[in-house]
Amino acid sequence: MEKYCSIFLDETRCTGCTNCIKRCPTEAIRVREGKAKIFPELCINCSECVRICPNRAPVPQADSKEILSNYRYKIALPDPAIFAQFKTKYTPHQILAAIAAVGFDGVYEVARAADEVSVAIREFIADHKEEGPWISSSCPAVVHLIQLRFPTLTEQILPILSPVEIAARRAKEEAALQANIPRQEIGCFYLTPCPAQVAAIRSPYFLEKSNVDGALAISSLYSELRVKLAKLEKQEESPVKATSLGLAWGRIGGQTKAVQADNFLTLDGVFNLLELLEEIELDRFNNNVDFLECQNCQGGCVGGIFTAENPFVARVTLRRMTNKLPAKFEPGHEERIRQYYREGFYNAEKKVEPYCIMSLDQDISKAIYMVEQSEKILKHLPGLDCGACGSPTCRTLAEDIVRGLASETDCMFILREKVQSLAEQMLSLALKVPPVTVVQRQIMKTQQEVLELAKRIPPPLARREPKKED
Amino acid sequence: MKNGTNPEADRDQKICLSFNVEGGNFLSAGEASIRLKHTLQHIGYPASLIRRVAVAAYEAEMNIIIHADSGVLKAEVTPEAVTIWAEDKGPGIEDIGLAMQEGYSTAPNYIREMGFGAGMGLPNIKRCADIFEIETHVGIGTKIRIVIFNKQKTN
Repeated sequence: MEKYCSIFLDETRCTGCTNCIKRCPTEAIRVREGKAKIFPELCINCSECVRICPNRAPVPQADSKEILSNYRYKIALPDPAIFAQFKTKYTPHQILAAIAAVGFDGVYEVARAADEVSVAIREFIADHKEEGPWISSSCPAVVHLIQLRFPTLTEQILPILSPVEIAARRAKEEAALQANIPRQEIGCFYLTPCPAQVAAIRSPYFLEKSNVDGALAISSLYSELRVKLAKLEKQEESPVKATSLGLAWGRIGGQTKAVQADNFLTLDGVFNLLELLEEIELDRFNNNVDFLECQNCQGGCVGGIFTAENPFVARVTLRRMTNKLPAKFEPGHEERIRQYYREGFYNAEKKVEPYCIMSLDQDISKAIYMVEQSEKILKHLPGLDCGACGSPTCRTLAEDIVRGLASETDCMFILREKVQSLAEQMLSLALKVPPVTVVQRQIMKTQQEVLELAKRIPPPLARREPKKED
Repeated sequence: MKNGTNPEADRDQKICLSFNVEGGNFLSAGEASIRLKHTLQHIGYPASLIRRVAVAAYEAEMNIIIHADSGVLKAEVTPEAVTIWAEDKGPGIEDIGLAMQEGYSTAPNYIREMGFGAGMGLPNIKRCADIFEIETHVGIGTKIRIVIFNKQKTN
């Protein structure tokens, strides 16, 4: 399966400043020829580079609205995070009406599917308590991070489809039945808070093919939605069918609340994730936790890069909004969901496999040799992790060198040392005057000065031992 | 490197890694094991082997931190196997039979309060290891050797 990277780098904006390479949690970016390059196979679409770049060079990708014209009947699947984008000025019912008015024939709330998925997760954990802790799988960046960096934890990923996939299935069922339209003419479009979801739709990790036909960035519809909301008649609203628990999936902790897990841990932010997953992989994490709600973005989905509202404000808004919705299902609904769960309706169709692309070479002996070489190279590098070579750390530069992607002189300190020794050699040659010539004192003095300059070491390296071969 | 060694002829060689572990320093707990784990990931061992090595190395590292004054964690990595030595200067183990029992611990209370010293260290290491050897002298220190074979190596 081709891994899709939904962050595109706009070279016209990139100044090669190296901010992004040092921020990337998977070390997926290098600067080459003055421009950042993203290695798509290492990118988990976490959006950290988008957040840190002062020039807005990494551009998160989503579908454009034109994709809607490919389908006769268009259904919007709004993420719960969308309800947190307009402060509490509008009710969720009004927001739903505005979404429909933007150009959709129908709206199916992802929160409604989240209600179903919550029950499914609860049942699954009850059935498989011993094999826990189970890691939530609805955040694609988390799943990709585990595939890439924590291959032994792929088996801990909850094999339950994400709410948006269930929403698309349900929406198509409903529309086919009610509006009597052939399935292939129905298009379901996720109004997504982040580019990681775009990637998960184009190359799904639980399915062969996604049920979702496209993903539009919430931010791309934001202005239009605001205009529609302002023009909306007071009474005009479309009833929200999700419960408050489904809507709470938009923020960190919401999923846990909806799943009603007894022993849980919630965690947001990709760097926090890196630390905790490291602990779990070392079996250091023996706290009897059954459910780990992991979100790549701080604050959960309301912190996604495609949202407009400040994530902290959005969390408050969402909490206030959920308080106004019922927290319980209609009678009998939960039993129906359990029945679907037992029939396997929510089950992942394929296993999440680890990506084995961290290794330096396919051949293990060769890889060992390469690691040994890179350790040797590392000893010569200054250890400043300055990024001026275009690799995020000295260690990654050493690995890039043995992979053949960089050379030792990419390090400006190594380069300087080489220039210095060359200058010394040249000068010592230049000072050798044929016996028959009269030495010109002035020239001698200048040469000495140049030699002194070449010997000066930049301050960060001042205490560095001169390089010695083993 | 020895004189006149030809790197190409050395291809089937090994890497040796060595980490100093400071007794009582809980803040650095896991650093050596994580470094070792990342090295193994770069070599491309199967995930299951990496997990076993990481867990065994981590428990051995923790044992030094909990019980000893100082120690060294060494690893020798070859295509066939990963061997770990954990050697410490410390109190030694009085009764190895007891120490190998799950839940038996001599860790003082303050360490248990930190969530360590549950008496699973040595049993966990043994569970992960293909070969497990321990040599201990009371009042001098403990040496353990752990070998984990790479069973998936195709040759």
